[in-house]
Amino acid sequence: MKAASLNLRAAVVSLLIFVCFIGAWQLATTGPSIGGSSAGMTAEEIEYAKMMGKDPGAEKSSGFPPPIEVARASWEHLSDPFYDKGPNDKGIGIQLAHSLARVGLGFVLAMAAALPLGFLIGMSPLMQKAFNPFVQVLKPISPLAWMPLALYTLKDSDVSGIFVIFICSIWPMLINTAFGVAAVKREWLNVASTLEVNPVRKAFQVILPAAAPTILTGMRISMGIAWLVIVAAEMLVGGTGVGYFVWNEWNNLSLTNVIFAVLLIGVVGMLLDLMFAQLQKAVTYVE
Amino acid sequence: MWSESSVRESAARVVPVAATTKKVSPMSGFLKVEQLAKAYQADKPVFADVSFAIDQGEFVCIIGHSGCGKTTILNVLAGLDTASSGNAFMDGREISGPSLERGVVFQSHALMPWLTVRQNIAFAVKSRWPDWGKAAVNTQVEKYVALVGLSQAIDKKPSQLSGGMKQRVGIARAFSISPKMLLLDEPFGALDALTRGTIQDELMSIVRETQQTVFMITHDVDEAILLADRILLMSNGSETPTGYVPGGMAEVVVNPLPRSRTRAQLHHLDGYYDLRNHIVDFLVSRAKAH
Repeated sequence: MKAASLNLRAAVVSLLIFVCFIGAWQLATTGPSIGGSSAGMTAEEIEYAKMMGKDPGAEKSSGFPPPIEVARASWEHLSDPFYDKGPNDKGIGIQLAHSLARVGLGFVLAMAAALPLGFLIGMSPLMQKAFNPFVQVLKPISPLAWMPLALYTLKDSDVSGIFVIFICSIWPMLINTAFGVAAVKREWLNVASTLEVNPVRKAFQVILPAAAPTILTGMRISMGIAWLVIVAAEMLVGGTGVGYFVWNEWNNLSLTNVIFAVLLIGVVGMLLDLMFAQLQKAVTYVE
Repeated sequence: MWSESSVRESAARVVPVAATTKKVSPMSGFLKVEQLAKAYQADKPVFADVSFAIDQGEFVCIIGHSGCGKTTILNVLAGLDTASSGNAFMDGREISGPSLERGVVFQSHALMPWLTVRQNIAFAVKSRWPDWGKAAVNTQVEKYVALVGLSQAIDKKPSQLSGGMKQRVGIARAFSISPKMLLLDEPFGALDALTRGTIQDELMSIVRETQQTVFMITHDVDEAILLADRILLMSNGSETPTGYVPGGMAEVVVNPLPRSRTRAQLHHLDGYYDLRNHIVDFLVSRAKAH
């Protein structure tokens, strides 16, 4: 009862914030025209001004689209998301699918590398110490800094994009897996030892479920970073994807579409995070 | 506190139980421990020269203050720890690592919190008999869960159980693999007195039924007297004017009370107070120094 009313009140406040934001946006974009008036000008002077692109009669705006225009554009994009009219004009659904595919592929590759390596580092103090300097040095490198090297060695912009996602998602997963594995309670390992459980079964049935919540936290952080990075990477490599879409619409000077894409990136990012939150909930245990 | 009152009582009594102390021949027994020692600092072993034997079907408790090395001895027997010197044999074979032949009940129950009671015990059963089918595993699991009276909670997670119930599951898990011997590391230490009493009764009846050989650590003198056929008393290592003396097996007390004793009538039995006073005296006055 108490929780429900709290949720309700929070929803009302959220709505209020939203309305205020939209209102402010609306007000800011429908300011008075900045064009001069035509009063006191001869017909020739008006004609001259028009020819110079300074039509004194025309309604001038700030150029920033009001909310209603963004809403209209969003509706247009979302109602036909999968059209394909050549390389520079694809539906938003197709762009999104390209981005998600790159993120997904890079993420899965990172998982395939980070989980086994994390297990190794977590289980062996020697490996922990041996790998630590490399992880510490490589971790803070911006994933985009790898881009030139990736483009040069991989010779393919698409593969380079996937590589960038791989390199940025690997660290949180690796570190969390190693930490989760190292922190598995001694008593559970002792139980496994006294039951003569073989190493493979121990890894999958004791260590993995015990470390799963920590590992999933790492994966969730990785996915967040991957989604941040993919937009920037696609702006650089171009071709397809939401990042490319944003850059392309900026070149088209269509701020309406840019705003739409920015909102969409936020919503998709949130959905990805929610997905991992659900997974995390599924593997969390109460002691 | 029981220790204070018992000290007062014992002052007025002659203690005949001390006479039951005997030197156990290390050459007999199902489980044999010979000259066991553990040293974290080479010149100051925690305990040294610990030798004892346990016969098949015998229930042996070990009592001593914290830090005397009880748990280390149990871990050596479980194969989870290694001694600095000395050997341990079970059934004629040297103990060199963990084995399914020795079931262990841990002090902190050590159930896996992501598994239900059923899955926790099935994990052990499947480890013991990897070739068993689902049905056979399930039958075995349900049998041992019923034995500790938890059938109605079989599909619950450990977090939904009380401390006593968790420890029962731990006991069921240890029994479910039909080990040749059971090692219990202070299994009731974290339980309240009432729960502890009930589970002691349950443990006693299961052990009697299955003729299980048991080695158990406890801090509770009454628990030892109720359950054990023999009680091993351990002393701590200590600094004396003549130098450091490592801890070790100070005395082995044979429980003279009839095996049919129950918790309810235990304190009415002849010899109970003598036995109890003797052990308490040991703990209060002798356990810390040789």
